[in-house]
Amino acid sequence: MSTSTDRDTRPSAALERDESSVYDRGETVCVIGAGASGLAAMKNLREHGFAVDCFERETGIGGAWNWRHERSPVYASAHLISSRPSAEFPDFPMPDSWPDFPHHSQFLSYLERYAEHFDLRSQIWFGMEVVRVTPVDGDRWEVTSRSTGSSGTERTQRYAAVVVANGHNWAPNMPEYEGLAEYRGEVIHASAYKDATQLRGRRVLVVGAGNTGCDIAAEAAQHAAKCWHSSRRGYWYAPKYLLGRPFDQLHAAIQRLRVPLRVRQWLLERAVRLTVGHPRRFGLPTPDHRIFESHPIINSQLLYAIGHGRVTPVRDIVRFRRNSVELVGGEEIEPDLVIFATGYRPRFEFLDPELLDPDPSGRPTLFLHAFPRRYPTLAVAGLLQPDSGLLPLVHWQTVTIARWLRLRRAAPERAHALQARAAAEAGRRYHPGKLIDSARHWFEVSHVDYLRALQRVLDELEVTA
Amino acid sequence: MSRRLRVLRLRDWARPVPPARREVISATPEVDEGKPPVLFVPGFGHGAWAFVEHWLEHTAARGYAAHAMSLRGHGGSAPAPQATLRAYVHDVVQVAASLPRQAVLIGHGAAGLVVARALSRYPARAAVLVAPVFGGWATLAAALRHNPLGTLPAMVGGGLRLNQRQLFSRELPEQVGRRYVEQLGRASARAQWQLLVHREPEPPVGDPPVLVVGSPQDRVVPRSALDRAARRYGGAPLLFPGMGHDLMLDARWREPIDAILDWLDKELSR
Repeated sequence: MSTSTDRDTRPSAALERDESSVYDRGETVCVIGAGASGLAAMKNLREHGFAVDCFERETGIGGAWNWRHERSPVYASAHLISSRPSAEFPDFPMPDSWPDFPHHSQFLSYLERYAEHFDLRSQIWFGMEVVRVTPVDGDRWEVTSRSTGSSGTERTQRYAAVVVANGHNWAPNMPEYEGLAEYRGEVIHASAYKDATQLRGRRVLVVGAGNTGCDIAAEAAQHAAKCWHSSRRGYWYAPKYLLGRPFDQLHAAIQRLRVPLRVRQWLLERAVRLTVGHPRRFGLPTPDHRIFESHPIINSQLLYAIGHGRVTPVRDIVRFRRNSVELVGGEEIEPDLVIFATGYRPRFEFLDPELLDPDPSGRPTLFLHAFPRRYPTLAVAGLLQPDSGLLPLVHWQTVTIARWLRLRRAAPERAHALQARAAAEAGRRYHPGKLIDSARHWFEVSHVDYLRALQRVLDELEVTA
Repeated sequence: MSRRLRVLRLRDWARPVPPARREVISATPEVDEGKPPVLFVPGFGHGAWAFVEHWLEHTAARGYAAHAMSLRGHGGSAPAPQATLRAYVHDVVQVAASLPRQAVLIGHGAAGLVVARALSRYPARAAVLVAPVFGGWATLAAALRHNPLGTLPAMVGGGLRLNQRQLFSRELPEQVGRRYVEQLGRASARAQWQLLVHREPEPPVGDPPVLVVGSPQDRVVPRSALDRAARRYGGAPLLFPGMGHDLMLDARWREPIDAILDWLDKELSR
């Protein structure tokens, strides 16, 4: 910190190092990605007095939610699955004239208005992708960027801190099966699914019962000639509306009563069975877990389509043959289009994975899913899979990041103490129950548990700020 | 304001405030000088008209895009006999977030409390509380003292009737004052009660500068209440002696708005 003052006086001085030059950006913080999490990070850092540079590889904001983007996973019919109040930034509500479950294009326009309202665009370098982020002396970072997709000139800048907000829903996770290479039908990942014209008249097999898989299967029910839906296990399919209210609003009402998880599970399983029926009735496997022990699936249409014979639920896939797919139990089906809705893998191509302290399975172990153990000026924003909308969480998470960095400036000793605690608590999970299928639930959090944890840290940061 | 900012808002997620049609009247400056928009929020009984009368155009003439809104159940907004304080706060935040840039919130009277609460739900660029009524039993005592007949019905769920002597100085011509009083509506009975009994507002988000403006001769807000309100935000009230509670309608309406806009100019240039 001793040299920070002379850095401030010449913020963009070029330091000679080898042949390339490094531009020192002084106390500026670098945000990587201008999706929902990156925008929240920028806005909250600026609100706490930081100058911000943001690098965005695309030419627009919105990240995954901008359907124009190469890496965007959204499809034409995608709607939010959390209702508006828990899907919006807590300090910038969506218009209350919007529907309970806005369309993805509405959500994008909401993010665009957020960027406009808080004047964020002027701080974003569009069309610039970050190729390397490396720590340098004094807890500072060198960020190397170049224009997206080119192998052209690289430019390196030095920052006081880096907030990584590159998203975790863009690198498709493709499962491997015996014989998949020889299979003659078309095979795509859900990220390549854009609209129903791709399904019209086809015999479709949808693999995976996450929210995307269920959405696509329900859409195939209307447009495809035939649709099979394969899932590894039985799940609880919560309807979008339950007892006259959006499911998550009902859940929030129950959580307000502070009833224990087991009672909540009992209540909601009961409500689901009474209103839509037990999954078994629809020929689906009985869930091998309680509700909330896997990422919630909110879909009203899938069971309806199954009930009308438009979707045939099938078991797990054993192997692919030239023209058919063999399922557990020996059954063979002959789809001509297979859609893998098997999720995404987190990727930080520009970052040495060791910086995020991966456990043996590769899962980064961070404090609050945001702060690495050993690098107090590095943070990851939005690396969460909540059982609610992401925005309220990522808002308070980025406020925490901003206060954390501010505390480091104002009271380094206090920040040190907190850092030690963070290192001890890194990798903790913020979920009350056990979770099935750990790889899928690396970043799964219960929003209530997670926000409570954030509140505790925020209160501590408040005292000193 | 000792209370901390709550991040777990299960109530807002479980029972969101239902939408309502809201009246917003705007005046835009001839040249956009890049100044933030200003949103005027009238207090209980008043509608956007109270600011349209003088302050709206005056603010626009000084280079600020000016907007005046009516809370639900007031002025030209949709009727809302069951509205709560929370619904009023929701209205303010909705209108503020619909503006193109981070807005300055200016609340008058009971909307001072509404704006103070909105500040913890929306990072305003700055805020001004004009003769703010933060409620509590002292407010009721003052109202009973100056206007027992208008106040008593409100205690049993009726409308609060404010009279001319509470709202305006003697400089305002009698018939003008009467015209304003005739336009007054009423807040919902629930909101009136909540004005007396409510939780302390949470601290503001985004650390906005806050100015408190009032008059020592205000018969609705005692001087001590102005001092207390200003102290919450670490300042002293800006006073305009000789004026009534409705500073934006009183005869010398120009002085307070000019002082507010001077303060804004100064704060924004920092």
